[in-house]
Amino acid sequence: MKKQRPVNLDLTTIELPAAGKASILHRVTGVAMFFALVFVIWAWATSLGSEADFQMVKDVLNGPFGYLVALGTLSALSFHLIGGIRHVIMDMGYWEELHSGNLSANIAIGGWVVLTVVLGVILW
Amino acid sequence: MVTNQASMKRNGIQDYVTLRASAAVISAFTIFMVYFFIATPEITYTVWQGLFASIYMKAFTLITLLAILMHVRIGLWQVLTDYVKPHNLRMGLQFVLNLMAFAYVAVGLFVLWGV
Repeated sequence: MKKQRPVNLDLTTIELPAAGKASILHRVTGVAMFFALVFVIWAWATSLGSEADFQMVKDVLNGPFGYLVALGTLSALSFHLIGGIRHVIMDMGYWEELHSGNLSANIAIGGWVVLTVVLGVILW
Repeated sequence: MVTNQASMKRNGIQDYVTLRASAAVISAFTIFMVYFFIATPEITYTVWQGLFASIYMKAFTLITLLAILMHVRIGLWQVLTDYVKPHNLRMGLQFVLNLMAFAYVAVGLFVLWGV
């Protein structure tokens, strides 16, 4: 193998294709949700304890920290779900070509951004 | 050459099917909860507690937690295999993360038991 290969380390000139971005987002949101479950299960378990605990969880969720965690978790969940549906459609043999694959990835990412904004407004 | 089979042995078809089957269960639970939050005018403690007091919801929630356990076992393994190359570190992380996933199910079981 030739040792002296041209190396491009100028990251501003390299970009993942849309399908690559969708792939890494799917992984990041999956791992993020795994850790977010600590908060989700805490909120769920505590809220079922008593009337006062329920109110406490409600107050936490209405605060800035609770808002950010809830929005982050729901945003991660929505991308993971959209990406998962895209994967199942690809399992069936569609969107596997360069053009259709990148187009569906772009639509998935675009739809997710819109959904996150809508969720942010609803939860506010 | 593969020198350590313990960290390699995996059934691809089983993983593939389990990942999608568990995803379907988690999606169904998600859709149900979204419907519940939209369709319920005001969620009070009584309404919230009543939801999880039902045996159907208890079963649905526990099945979903078990589906999450199966789903993350595969998903986190995929991610760890790609990014964490040192064998001992990867096995250590995998152990801790799988333990966390088991803890989610254990906590969920006792919460559902008490409602």
